[in-house]
Amino acid sequence: MTATPHLNTEHPKHNLTGFIIFLCSESVIFLAFFSGFALLKTAALNWLPPGVEGLEWRTPLLNTVVLISSSGTIWLAERCMSKGNLMGFRAFWLLTMALGAYFLYGQALEWSGLQFGLTSGVFGGTFYLLTGFHGLHVATGVFLMGLMLVKSFIPQNYAGGEQGVQATSLFWHFVDVIWIILFVLIYVWQRS
Amino acid sequence: MTSATFPPSPPENTSWSRYFGFNTDAKVIGIQYIVTAFFFFLIGGLLAMIIRGELITPAADLVDRTVYNGIYTMHGTIMLFLFIFPVLNGLNNLLIPTMIGAPDMAFPRLNAVAFWLVPIFGALLIGSFFVPGGPAYSGWWSYPPVSTQNPLGHFINGQGLWITAVALSGVSSIMGALNFVTTILRMRAPGMGFFRMPVFCWTALAAQSLQLIGLPALTGGAVMLLMDLSFGTSFYQPEGGGDPVLYQHFFWFYSHPAVYVIILPVFGIFSELFPVYSRKPLFGYVYVCLASFIIVALGLVVWVHHMFPSGVAQWMRNFFMFSTMLIAVPTGVKVFAWLGTIWRGKLRLTTPMLFCLGGLFNFVFAGITGIMLATVPVDIHVSNTYFVVGHFHYVIYGAAVMGIFAAIYHWFPKFIGRMPYEGLGKVHFLFTFVGANLNFLPMHPLGLMGMPRRVSSYDPEFAFWNVLASLGAFLLGVSIIPFLLNMVSSWVRGPKAPHNPWNAIGLEWLLPSPPPEDNFGEHVPTVIARPYGYGTGEPLVEHQAEIENQLTLQEASA
Ligand code: HEM
Ligand SMILES: [Cu+2]
Repeated sequence: MTATPHLNTEHPKHNLTGFIIFLCSESVIFLAFFSGFALLKTAALNWLPPGVEGLEWRTPLLNTVVLISSSGTIWLAERCMSKGNLMGFRAFWLLTMALGAYFLYGQALEWSGLQFGLTSGVFGGTFYLLTGFHGLHVATGVFLMGLMLVKSFIPQNYAGGEQGVQATSLFWHFVDVIWIILFVLIYVWQRS
Repeated sequence: MTSATFPPSPPENTSWSRYFGFNTDAKVIGIQYIVTAFFFFLIGGLLAMIIRGELITPAADLVDRTVYNGIYTMHGTIMLFLFIFPVLNGLNNLLIPTMIGAPDMAFPRLNAVAFWLVPIFGALLIGSFFVPGGPAYSGWWSYPPVSTQNPLGHFINGQGLWITAVALSGVSSIMGALNFVTTILRMRAPGMGFFRMPVFCWTALAAQSLQLIGLPALTGGAVMLLMDLSFGTSFYQPEGGGDPVLYQHFFWFYSHPAVYVIILPVFGIFSELFPVYSRKPLFGYVYVCLASFIIVALGLVVWVHHMFPSGVAQWMRNFFMFSTMLIAVPTGVKVFAWLGTIWRGKLRLTTPMLFCLGGLFNFVFAGITGIMLATVPVDIHVSNTYFVVGHFHYVIYGAAVMGIFAAIYHWFPKFIGRMPYEGLGKVHFLFTFVGANLNFLPMHPLGLMGMPRRVSSYDPEFAFWNVLASLGAFLLGVSIIPFLLNMVSSWVRGPKAPHNPWNAIGLEWLLPSPPPEDNFGEHVPTVIARPYGYGTGEPLVEHQAEIENQLTLQEASA
């Protein structure tokens, strides 16, 4: 290792810029998956594999409500933070994490009750690809929140800029918006 | 801002070992990228020699047919993902911070990680030669259904490794792009508004934006391909309701913009170098800057011109034919700007200038064949023939690689601190220019006559042009020798370079050669003019005369 010691320190003030650019880029992957899904679905002769009636929408709808409200709680957490109320921040932040974890639980519950798998034609493939890739983002979000929560216990850490918190919350809103599109595409648009 | 403590003293740590470790200095990373890229260039070039060796005779007599498929697949993949992109990222690393007066990249550690991914996925790709069944053999496009065959049934196979390597390359490029874009947007010298920024930075910004928009689509498509290959999904398999053309859309949605990721920085290099060696300001600076972003916008909506024969709807063919032709407009603006710059200039035919002129010539030729290909009826006739291979080699070797050589000769003194040898450089230019034209021109008549690409044997009526092409290829192979000799010997014992050997204008030329680790450090000069003020006598920055005097004094005392 010949890492140079002092000169090239990271520039924290650019982190948020970089992260926003990253999110824009990341959204293109979802765009690609969504347009692929739409293309395959509109072109399909038999969209549903034999023996599958369609998708049950009650659990996912509950999940949607959970995820959307978590966008609200994370916003409240950020507000507490900007007012210097660290305890309030931690409370709402933890609540957001709990909602995120519940979403993942609901997703797992839904997956385990399905009669089709990843290899059940394009229907199964796209379903697991989209929900799985989105779920990965939810898990990442919860993990990042955990990291920020731990950081909040390091004295003086959040005295200056809270770019980590801002970035995580931005990411969470992003994951939320993606889910709404996904929900409409997969669960609302059932007939082809 | 005073220049009292300026210029910074030359770097102290110049040991070789820093090039072999995890270093976060953009200038070290830049050189790491370029050297690594040329290592892979030699491997890709060796494969090209085998291809042309096979094609010098009509019969398939040098290598086995399946081996041949693997060889051209790996040739294309290595040259794109392990040579062109890394070498350009190397130039970005060297040039962007110094040109805009930043001490380093915005995210130095991310920058180093992005670099170190290159040897990793490079090793994966090269390693695929040694797995059972050999490397991927479905061409650099990896279209399904060919790319989703796994006849031997091994979980680790050439195609799987190919997809993994390309995905990792995408991750590395995204990290790089994030860094370059953030750096250009946030770390410019005081006074350097967008319309005082060197064109190279404009084109880098444009190219890297394309990476950020396009690459995720390819990555998404590649993930689905890997799942089809290894996990039994059927996204691209008609038996399971999938659609192979969907993959082509994903692939070209990125890979068409990718060709602009390659050529835009080369446009930047041309725009930097023509003024220096013509002693005239860049003609139409603002239009050249803006044209880069028009190319970005249009470049995102032309991809179907690679799929005209793939059973796409007629309206798509019409639309994409039209949009492709539109791109010729901003591109033409740039060509006229360079011609206007050279026109009646005091030309100095140094090695970098020769490479630029040769590159421009080849680029114009390739633009003409590109427009021919954009015309649907012509394309249906010559798609998948050597005409296409000729077209893109003229751009990529004839224009892009030549432009990259120009940049290397031009900026070598700045970053290495020594002068390259002109004589060897000119020999290198001559061999490259003649070799490239001899190699790639015959591909056009071959394509028009109907010789398909990706074959290892052909009808004897095609022999004449193929022999010429192979001779050109071997000359290109030889042309690398003077280049490598020049680089190694001038690096080791070339004459010491002054801070501004070419009398160029630009922030990077106001630094010692080589620049200190943090470039200008705290004392970034304030920019007060547009770049390329050649022949106007206008200073670029405040206190320019003092800075230059001090640099000259410093050199005299060293
Ligand atoms: C005026 C500009 C250009 C036009 C109109 C143009 C047009 C085209 C068209 C229509 C094709 C598809 C041919 C086919 O597959 O049937 C093509 C192929 C290609 N072009 Fe260009 N092109 C232009 C510039 C460039 C540049 C600047 C580059 C690279 C730096 C480039 C690289 C390629 C490559 C790599 C392919 C072939 C890919 C493959 O099939 O393997 N082109 N071009
Ligand atoms: Cu194209």
